[in-house]
Amino acid sequence: MEFFLNRFPLYLDGALITLLMTVLGSAVAFVLAMVIGILGTLRNPVARAVATVYTEAFRGVAALILLFWFAYAVPQITPYQLSPMFAGVLALGLNVGAYGAEVVRAAINAVPRAQTEATIALNMSWARRMWLVVLPQAWAQMLPTFGNLIIELMKASAIVSLIGVADLTQVAEEQRSSSGETVLAFGSALVMYFVIAQVLIFGMRLLERRANRRLGRAPAGGGLLDLLRPPTPGTKVGAAK
Amino acid sequence: MQQSESTHSTETAGVQSAQEAPGGEIIRFDKVVKRYGSNVVLNELDFSVAPGERVTLIGPSGSGKTTILRLLMTLEDIDGGVIWVNGEPLSHMRRGDKLVKANEAHLRSVRKNIGMVFQQFNLFPNMSVRKNITEGPVHSLGVSKDEANQRAEELLDLVGLNEKIDAHPTQLSGGQQQRVAIARALAMRPQILLLDEVTSALDPELVAGVLDVLRNIAQTTDITMLCVTHEMSFARDVSHRVLMFDAGQVAEEGPPEQIFGDPQEERTKSFLKAVLEHG
Ligand SMILES: Nc1ncnc2c1ncn2[C@@H]1O[C@H](COP(=O)(O)OP(=O)(O)O)[C@@H](O)[C@H]1O
Ligand SMILES: [Mg+2]
Repeated sequence: MEFFLNRFPLYLDGALITLLMTVLGSAVAFVLAMVIGILGTLRNPVARAVATVYTEAFRGVAALILLFWFAYAVPQITPYQLSPMFAGVLALGLNVGAYGAEVVRAAINAVPRAQTEATIALNMSWARRMWLVVLPQAWAQMLPTFGNLIIELMKASAIVSLIGVADLTQVAEEQRSSSGETVLAFGSALVMYFVIAQVLIFGMRLLERRANRRLGRAPAGGGLLDLLRPPTPGTKVGAAK
Repeated sequence: MQQSESTHSTETAGVQSAQEAPGGEIIRFDKVVKRYGSNVVLNELDFSVAPGERVTLIGPSGSGKTTILRLLMTLEDIDGGVIWVNGEPLSHMRRGDKLVKANEAHLRSVRKNIGMVFQQFNLFPNMSVRKNITEGPVHSLGVSKDEANQRAEELLDLVGLNEKIDAHPTQLSGGQQQRVAIARALAMRPQILLLDEVTSALDPELVAGVLDVLRNIAQTTDITMLCVTHEMSFARDVSHRVLMFDAGQVAEEGPPEQIFGDPQEERTKSFLKAVLEHG
């Protein structure tokens, strides 16, 4: 305990870097997932080909190799030297975005065709249909998986310690080598990672709950403490019965 | 418009038609073909509807009634022939003196005349009743929010649900949801309203409320209506003409008194008998 308390400011700095990587990486992943996911639902064969190539390419590549590519290979073949953090955000975002795109595509396709038909009967443009009806309904379906992906991204962000970013893992490694207290050094990091994960999970459940409310599917009970428990599987997204 | 042909009386056995069918043509199916794979649902179907006319489509399940409405709402692609609305091709557009398949821009310009109410209501679960009714006018017609809201309130009055304007669709009964769906369709001020078995998903005690709303609309507006229904007394009350479909063809047509009172075709007789027996 004393070990941890003494070094808490150091670990906190590391945790904030990890959180920053997670937030920025998730932002990149989210934008990519939305754009590529929507492209994947279009009839246009070019749009679909772009979506397929992206998802297959970046799901199949280890995030670590992507990271090394951006950090070490890109400066050799282009005049650009990416900062380690930027390289990390790109590698994590591109990798997780590929999984996210599949989630978005599946969630959009799961919105009942009848909902789209109702928007056509109201003569809405494609953009209005997506924005007003399809995406808000697909959103509730995306969120649980997005929650998992964000946790995955947060954990995977430890790889940036390998290119010299002072994240939580890097701090733990430094403290281990300077103090020789392997168990305590990594134990402290373990606790911090756990806390970050809980914060992220809590935030995602809040979003999920709000999304379900909007669809008129508010769960019974519903104190804030409920959010700490795993949610019961929601009713299917769909047309009003 | 309603009275334009009132001098032309129907020749049915002594019974006065509820309303006289107005003249002209607002919808015309011209040799329309629709297939699903090798299943030819509509085979060179011809029929037309006059402005303000209310037509009921009856016929056995699978005879193509829903397909006809879906083609009109541009929810299905056409495989042959042309559908005309207001003298403009619906499924196609003019290019020079030829007709080519309609693109999205053309579809959006012709669709604005047509509204549809679905069997399963298809209200948007992510919006309040108010938004369900106002989003179409605001985003498709460019009506101001205030105007759309005011119209939504009027329409909810019409369907007897003004106290539900801020409710969520999931808080409503099926009959109430369907009445909201009717209000939503009317908010677009369509010339043509398509109604596909709008009461068949409802519990029996909720049917009458929805039918009353539609009767009221039939009496107070001159909207052209195409209505698929098994509610024969409703069809008799509101429609100028009944089309009996079988296997994608018009087997028999006439004013409701004739089709329900004195059907000529064997297929019509056996269909009506089956409907009556099942209640
Ligand atoms: N999406 C579809 N895919 C394949 N076949 C369909 C589809 N929709 C309708 N059909 C077929 O078309 C025929 C007519 O259907 P429909 O127009 O729904 O009839 P009705 O409304 O008169 O019961 C039926 O044989 C039905 O099986
Ligand atoms: Mg049908």
